[in-house]
Amino acid sequence: MTTDLYQETDKTRARQARSQPPASGPASMVGQTAKVKSAAKPVVTLKEHIVEIVSDSGEGAQRCGQSFGALAARMGNGIWTVEIIPAEIQPPARSIAGASGNRIRLASDRVTNGGDEADLVVAFNEQVLLSRVRMGEIKPNGIILLESKWRNDDNAAIAESYAEVCEELSSAGYRFYEIPMEEECVKYVPDPRRGKNMFALGMLCNIYSLDLEMAREQVRFVFRKKDEKVIDLNLELLDAGHAWAEANLDLKFAIPASRPSEPQVVMNGNTALALGVVASGMEVCAMYPITPATSASHYLSDIFEKVGCVVHQAEDEIAACTFAIGASYAGKCAVTITSGPGLSLKQEGLGLAVMGEIPLVVVDVQRGGPSTGQPTKAEQGDLLAACFGGHGDAPKVVMAASSIEDCFYSVIMARKIAENFNMVVVVLSDASLATAQQPFPRPRFNEDWLAPPINQSPVQEGAKPYDWDPRTGLASRFIPGQPNGMHCLTGLAHDRGSHVAYDPDVNQEGIRRRSLKLAALQKTLKAPTLYGGDEGDLLLVGWGSTRGAIEEAVEILRAEGLRISSMHLKFLQPMASGVKELLQRFDKVMAIENNWCDSLDSELIAEDNRRYSNLAWLLRARTLVDVDCWGEVRGQPLKPGAIACAARRKLEQR
Amino acid sequence: MTAPLTQCLLRLIDENYTLTDYQSDTPPRWCTGCGDNGILTAVQRLCRDEQLSPEKTVMVSGIGCSSRLPHYMNAYGFHGLHGRALPVAEGIKLRRPDLNVFVTTGDGDCCSIGAAHWIHAIRYNMDMTVLLHDNEVYGLTKMQASPTSPRGLKSNTTPRGALLDPLNPLTVTLGVPNVSFVAQAVDWIPEVLFDIITQAYRHKGFSFVRVLQRCPEFMDHRFDPWIHDPLKTRLLVHAEGIQLKTDISRIYRNQETHDPSDLHRAREVASETEEIPVGVLYRNSAVPCYEDLREGERPNTPGLIRTVLNEEFDKFTIWPEDDGAAPPAE
Repeated sequence: MTTDLYQETDKTRARQARSQPPASGPASMVGQTAKVKSAAKPVVTLKEHIVEIVSDSGEGAQRCGQSFGALAARMGNGIWTVEIIPAEIQPPARSIAGASGNRIRLASDRVTNGGDEADLVVAFNEQVLLSRVRMGEIKPNGIILLESKWRNDDNAAIAESYAEVCEELSSAGYRFYEIPMEEECVKYVPDPRRGKNMFALGMLCNIYSLDLEMAREQVRFVFRKKDEKVIDLNLELLDAGHAWAEANLDLKFAIPASRPSEPQVVMNGNTALALGVVASGMEVCAMYPITPATSASHYLSDIFEKVGCVVHQAEDEIAACTFAIGASYAGKCAVTITSGPGLSLKQEGLGLAVMGEIPLVVVDVQRGGPSTGQPTKAEQGDLLAACFGGHGDAPKVVMAASSIEDCFYSVIMARKIAENFNMVVVVLSDASLATAQQPFPRPRFNEDWLAPPINQSPVQEGAKPYDWDPRTGLASRFIPGQPNGMHCLTGLAHDRGSHVAYDPDVNQEGIRRRSLKLAALQKTLKAPTLYGGDEGDLLLVGWGSTRGAIEEAVEILRAEGLRISSMHLKFLQPMASGVKELLQRFDKVMAIENNWCDSLDSELIAEDNRRYSNLAWLLRARTLVDVDCWGEVRGQPLKPGAIACAARRKLEQR
Repeated sequence: MTAPLTQCLLRLIDENYTLTDYQSDTPPRWCTGCGDNGILTAVQRLCRDEQLSPEKTVMVSGIGCSSRLPHYMNAYGFHGLHGRALPVAEGIKLRRPDLNVFVTTGDGDCCSIGAAHWIHAIRYNMDMTVLLHDNEVYGLTKMQASPTSPRGLKSNTTPRGALLDPLNPLTVTLGVPNVSFVAQAVDWIPEVLFDIITQAYRHKGFSFVRVLQRCPEFMDHRFDPWIHDPLKTRLLVHAEGIQLKTDISRIYRNQETHDPSDLHRAREVASETEEIPVGVLYRNSAVPCYEDLREGERPNTPGLIRTVLNEEFDKFTIWPEDDGAAPPAE
């Protein structure tokens, strides 16, 4: 067959020779020799690696990456996967904007975020590869496995572009391998565009010493809805990729894994949200399609009817919100799932639910804003909109999910709070949690998660719908069907009997009581805990999806001997008591968020015009502590390395 | 023998609702001569005649003069947001088919700010009675042109006269697939108004009644030509629609026998501009209701939720001793 399967440019070889030991490998690399069937290949044992696989959309890199992640998880590795998604459904082929695929961070221990730059990338063409390089997503000396067929493409422009990129990247110090994936695949399939991904999966299994038999099971599972022929073909490709890598690559890693003692589930944040809705006992989800929230509703639509419940696709976001309000008012606490633009449209409805004291759960899977912004990208820009977005004084509960597991439990907790306090509860997730996968302990269903049956017993004669408790602000909730409970709920200011209030004292009282409920809830919240030390020079404060990255940054910096800790807030409104005291234990405090804040380095920016990040505004107002902030709006999850850099700079400031 | 019978009678009297059972302790605050008063009376009469339990009746409204109606009813009321009465009512009805749901809305509320919901509510065809109080003007915000205002109407926002032809709520409704009940009434013939609302209530589905309604404050004399000349009002009569009592029949002699199943004729009648058609324009009982289509096969008991959750978790689970039988989902 071909003798030039293993093509490398001379320059790459030279570079490799220069840089291989020890600089090319991650710091944690420990050289080891393992028994390989034929020629003994050195197996490098690693604590963790970050792998990316990218292609044009439709070439299956997503499926390859997801299967690889699931397989590693089944072997007992900690994993975190991040989808690489083009914004368009059919982006042009071979374009920088069209890169589609998956990042898989796999490790010996539990992984809480997507990590920094990738150690190894498999790319189906040089343009999608270039997109990841240009974005700084690949380690400077990282390993690149690139489909080589473009070198001899009939289209001279393509061949030239390929050669240029190869030249550029190999001279930039990457360990560069050209792989004849297509050439190998055509031996098995007529259209190698379909199937190349399984060849790549086979290669990766070989490179990372994953169990080939388990990989075969995974492939059978992935194609379980296809016929036997398709499954066999893909198994052949998997084996071919595995064998090819064994014969031709000098790459062999092992990331020791340990099987968990408890059953684990592996899923993404939106799936966890949807399962949380089922587990909460809510019966109605009203939604309108919006990225990146919709996949939660897709999955829910698939399973909700099995428990006799309904996903209602409304005509617009406003209708989705008010439909949910109607269902909740009638005793069937409902959820509406959306993203930023939808949250903006729902705001008037949320104000009505606050005014009428109707329980409601709102899930906002945040994306880049403002306006249409970056629909498929991660950002945490909606915190203040969630807290203060509506007109007038409309106190709502705002909480954030900080991991995939937390997406599941947050929805259950949100419904409980909504119904116990007759309040609107907003659960914030974001695009990075929505599509990321991570294993977590399989939840054990608990009937306490569910709502009690709706109350249809007669209301006591003379009782009032808004009999606000003077201490807590809590009132009853009369549900249609309850005899003697008849009243007209209104968005107008109203008295205890729900009569329209024209009296200034009544308006003042209503607003006071509704506000009081937040304080009552706050009294039930536990103080946040510190990650790292109990005091020190710098405290990083975060919320939502950034938890894993912030805590990893803290570990990195503490290993360097820095006195640094972090605190992660689940409840943003109300904020648990004790936050101020915790902030005061540290010399400096900095909020770390995936949203915008002005940098004091800018010429025009000074303390009196600086716009802070979302949480920093809240913390400064709440605690009067001089909270600084650092954030990025690059449309991707914050990286632990970048957070660590920002923290180091903060510590160096005087 | 007599004691149980007496008790039975007493219970009957107790359970027999009268008009006052549907009156709230808030007296109506509409202007004298406002058509809303007559609509309220017709609704209360309907509740009494159909013996609807006040606790099982929900009056949903948006914002506007007409949307104050729920405050004046002794029933559950929901006086919500401008334009959003219909989605609220849909949410209420979806999981509570036991409730009688009414929506009172105005020409601004329904045909302007809430127009999207109106179109889609017709498609959903949920079982509710919708009364469009159409006075062809914004009243609560003091005299602005509405989508149904006649061209040339001088209002605070159209001081030189409204420039556009009005939207016709009847033809719009009749143009939407899944339409199942459309009628028109006028507040100045209360007997017929009541009959039409009764037909609407008894129809299972989205029963849309446009009620032409006088606004003495801002549109005084608007309907005078029709009020003064009964022949300009065409009454649609049919066994499947409304039938007229003799006294009404004597006054309103302009009558047409209109079969409410005739959609084509309904659209022609709805397009009339000279005469006001009054009666049931269209009725189709065969259109399915959304809440029936979405009704769960099984009630969501804790046991069922546990089973389904575990089935779903199985798809994603890695067992400590993975024998490869159930790989996690990709």
